[in-house]
Amino acid sequence: MQTLRRTPLYEQHVALGARLVPFAGWEMPVQYRGVIEEHLAVRRDAGVFDVSHMGELEVEGPTARDLLQSTLSNDIDRLEPGGAQYTLLTTESGGIVDDLIVYRLDGHRYLLVVNAANRDAAFAWLKEREIRGSDVRDVSDLYALLAVQGPRALDRLGVPHGTPFTWEMGEVGGVEVMINRTGYTGEEGVELACMEDDAVRLWDAVVGAGVTPCGLGARDTLRLEVCYPLHGNDIGPQWDAISSGLGWACALETAFTGVEVLREIKAAGPTRRLIPFRMTEKAIPRQGMHIEGGGEVTSGSYSPMLDVGIGLGYVPAAEGKVGTELAVDVRGRPRGAQVVKKPFYTREEKS
Amino acid sequence: MTAAESYPEGLSYNAEHDWARIEGDEAVLGITWYAQDSLGELVHFEPPDEGTSVAKDESYGEVESVKAVSDLISPLSGEVLEVNRSVVDAPETVNEDPYGQGWLIRIRLTNPSEREQLLDVAAYRKVVEDA
Repeated sequence: MQTLRRTPLYEQHVALGARLVPFAGWEMPVQYRGVIEEHLAVRRDAGVFDVSHMGELEVEGPTARDLLQSTLSNDIDRLEPGGAQYTLLTTESGGIVDDLIVYRLDGHRYLLVVNAANRDAAFAWLKEREIRGSDVRDVSDLYALLAVQGPRALDRLGVPHGTPFTWEMGEVGGVEVMINRTGYTGEEGVELACMEDDAVRLWDAVVGAGVTPCGLGARDTLRLEVCYPLHGNDIGPQWDAISSGLGWACALETAFTGVEVLREIKAAGPTRRLIPFRMTEKAIPRQGMHIEGGGEVTSGSYSPMLDVGIGLGYVPAAEGKVGTELAVDVRGRPRGAQVVKKPFYTREEKS
Repeated sequence: MTAAESYPEGLSYNAEHDWARIEGDEAVLGITWYAQDSLGELVHFEPPDEGTSVAKDESYGEVESVKAVSDLISPLSGEVLEVNRSVVDAPETVNEDPYGQGWLIRIRLTNPSEREQLLDVAAYRKVVEDA
C-alpha cells in the first residue's frame, strides 16, 4: 500500500465533491461534476485544474545555460528572460525522459515544470549531469500550480491578454503569482504558480470568479483533442522524438544528448510514426489496443467536441499518411478508423 | 441532467448492478443508478444483435464512459427481441433515466425460473451500501 500525497488543495476538492483517484503517487481529482461538462466549460468559458502535483526544478548558475543546452532538445539560446519554451529531456538514443516547459527566470536562472510521474527521474537525470557553475534543485514542494484555461479565462481572472509562451509576475485574488501563458488544453489561458501556502486563497479566488473546477479526466480529453502527447502514454524513453512527431521541439543543429541519433532518424525517415486517428465506426479506442498491420493505440478516448472516438497511436510509417484507413481491435471487434491531420480540434480565433 | 439516486421496487437486480423488469415471459434489462453514477456520463453502448441469445451472468454488451468500459452482465437468459436504438444514438439517456428511457434491451426469457435467484430491491440496496 502506497501512501498517496495530497496537494494543498485537497480539502477544496473534497468540499467540491470531487472524485479522487491515485495518479503518479498523488491523490488527485479526476472529475467534479462530470468529465464532459468540465471539458465543455474549458472549450466555451473557463476551467481551473489543480496541477500542483507537477514538479518544478530550478537550474541556476553561470553555466545553467550550458547544462540545459546539452540536455534539452530545443535551443535554449532562443529563450529570453520572460519567455517559455516546450522542450524534451532526451536519452542517448533520442528517447524522451520527460517533456517539459522551461521558463527563463533571469539571465542565469531557469524553472523547469516537469510531469509529476517524472519529477524524480528528471531531477536525477539533470543532477547527474550538473557541471561546475550550475546548480539543480527540486523546488516542487514550494509551489502550487493552477492551470486556468478557456476563452474567458483571462477575463474572469482580470489578467490582460498577452503573448503565448511568455510569463510575468502579477496578482490574482490578492495572491502574488507567476503568470505563465502556457497550457495543455489548446485554449487561451495561463498557468499560475504561487507559493504553496497561498494555494487555497488563489484557488478560492479563481473559483469565486466563476471558473469551473476541472479534473484530470477533462485534462486528458482536452489535450487529446489538440494532439498534445502525454508522457508515459504517447511518448517515452522507448520512442525517439522524431518518430513521436516532436522533431519541431528538437534543435538538431545544437549539441544535446542523443542528437546524432535523431539527425540520422530524421535523414532516413522514421520507420514508425505517432499519428492521430478518428474512428469511422462507432467505438472508442483505448490505450494498448492493437491496430491491424502492427500498430498500437497509445491514447484513446471519446471526443466531446467531435462526438466520435479519437486516439493517438504508433503505426508503420507507410500507414501513417493522412487519409489511410486503419482497423482498431476493440476487444476482438475490428473497427474502422482513419489517419487525420492534427489537431482534431482547433479553437475559433477571436476577431 | 443526471437522475437522482433511486432503486425502484418491482425490479429484479443482480450484484453487478444490472436490473430486469420482468413482464410475463419477457424482460427489459438496464443498469442501475449506482452503475451509471460509478461510470459517469455514458458515451457508447455496444449492444448485442437482435435475435442472438444472452445467458444469465454473462456479458451481453458493453457501456463506456469517457474513462471506463463496463461489461453488461445479463441477470437472465433469453433471446434478444429488441435493442434500445435511442440509447445507441444517445447513450447519456441512461444517466438521465436509467430505469425508463435508458433501458438497454428486451429479451424473451428461456429460463424464467432464473428470476428466483435475483435480488429484490432491499437485497440490492445492501449490495450498494457495501460497495
